[in-house]
Amino acid sequence: MILIIACMLLIVIGLYAVITKRNLIKIAIGFCMTEYGINLLFAFIGFKKNALAPIITKIDAPKMFVDPIPQALVLTSIVIGLGTTAVMLAMILRIYEKYKTFDINEIKKLKG
Amino acid sequence: MSGLSVIVKTVARIVAGFIFLYGGYIIVHGHLTPGGGFAGGVIVAASFILLVLAFGAAEIKEKTSYIVSSIFESLGGVMFLLVALLGLFSGVFFFTNVLPKGTPLKVLSAGIIPLCNIAIGIKVGAGLLSIFLALAASHYILKE
Amino acid sequence: MVELYLLSIAMLAAAIVAIEIKDLLASAVAMGIVGFSVSIMFILVQAPDLAIVQIVVEVMTVIFFAAVILRTTHTDTTIGKGIKTESIFPVVTFFIFGTLFIVLAIYALKDLPVFGSPVMKVANYYIENGLNHTGAANIIAAIILDYRGYDTFGEAVVLFTSVLGVLSIMRMKGKK
Repeated sequence: MILIIACMLLIVIGLYAVITKRNLIKIAIGFCMTEYGINLLFAFIGFKKNALAPIITKIDAPKMFVDPIPQALVLTSIVIGLGTTAVMLAMILRIYEKYKTFDINEIKKLKG
Repeated sequence: MSGLSVIVKTVARIVAGFIFLYGGYIIVHGHLTPGGGFAGGVIVAASFILLVLAFGAAEIKEKTSYIVSSIFESLGGVMFLLVALLGLFSGVFFFTNVLPKGTPLKVLSAGIIPLCNIAIGIKVGAGLLSIFLALAASHYILKE
Repeated sequence: MVELYLLSIAMLAAAIVAIEIKDLLASAVAMGIVGFSVSIMFILVQAPDLAIVQIVVEVMTVIFFAAVILRTTHTDTTIGKGIKTESIFPVVTFFIFGTLFIVLAIYALKDLPVFGSPVMKVANYYIENGLNHTGAANIIAAIILDYRGYDTFGEAVVLFTSVLGVLSIMRMKGKK
C-alpha cells in the first residue's frame, strides 16, 4: 500500500509542476513525470508474490507467472508518451524563436 | 551543429554498426525473449543519432536527409497493413494468424508475429530519426 | 522488498530536485534519474519487457530535452525574483486540490486486491493457451500482436501522427 501511495505522490508532483510553474520547460518536465507515475501504478497492480516473469522457457514446466495484461497495456502507453513529449518540445522551440523567452508572463504581455 | 574530436569520430564509426546489429537482434527475437518491435526500433534509431552527433549535421546532410527516413517510415506502416490484410484475403477475419505456427522456441515460428515486429521496428526507428533531425538540426535539414 | 522502498525514496527526491532547480540542463538530468529508477522498479516487479522499453524511451526523452535546451537558454529566469502576488493563487488552489486528490485516491484504492495477489481471470486463459494458439514463447508478444492486435495498430497510427506533427511545426518554408 505504501508503494501505491508513492506512485500517487509522483503523479501529484508532476501536476504541481504543470499548474504552478512559470517556465515552459518545467511544465513539459511535469507532464513527463505524470506519465511515468501512471505507468508505474499499473505495473504494481499486476504483481504476484513469488512468481516469475511471463516468458516460457521449458515447454512442460509448471506455470507461476505474474499478470501479463497490465504489462501489455503499459507497453503501448510508454511509447505514446514519447510521441506526446516530442510534439510539446517542437511547439516550445517555435515559441522561443518568436518571443526569445520561456517565461509565460512575458509571453502573455507581448502581443505579436 | 558542429562535430566532435577525431577520437570520437573514429570510435563512433566502429560502434554504430554493433548498435545497429544489437537492435536488429532484439527485433527479430521479439517472440522468444523480452523486447519486441518498439524497443528494437528505438535502438536502431539511436545508432543513427550517434553518427549525426559525432560528425555534425552539416557533413552528413546527404546520407541522412529526412526524405529518405520518411520513405522508410511509410514503408514500415504499409508493410504492417499488408500483413494484417493477409488474414482478410485468405478467408477469415482481419488480422488473424494465417502463417504456419512451427515448433515452439525456434526463431521461425509463431505465424505473423516476427513480420509484424520487423515492420514496427522499421517504422519506429525511422520516425524517431526524423524527429531528432527536426528538433536538433532544422536549419540544415528542413530548408525548402 | 526493501529495494523497492529505497528506490521510491530516491525517485521522489529526484523529482522534487528536477522541478525546483534553476539550471535547465540539471533538471533534464534529474528527470533522467526518475526514469531510470522507474525502469529498475519494473525489473524488481518481474516485468523485463517494460524495463527495456522504459529505459530506451527515457534516454530518448533526455536527448530531446537536451537538444532543445542547447539551442536556447540554459538558465531559468523565473526563479529568484521574490514572491509575486499573482503566483499565490495557483499554489493555494493546488494544495487544496492535491490533498483532496490523495485522500479520495486512498479511499478508492482500498477496494483493490491486496498488493501481491491479483485476480487473474482473463490472464489465466491467456497463460494456459498462449503457446498452443499462437506458437510464441513470450506471452506479452502473443498478447499485443495476436489477442489484442488492434491496440498495436492504433499505436502505430498515433506515432505516425506525432512524427507528422513535429515535421510540420518545424518547417522552414518561406523564411529567410
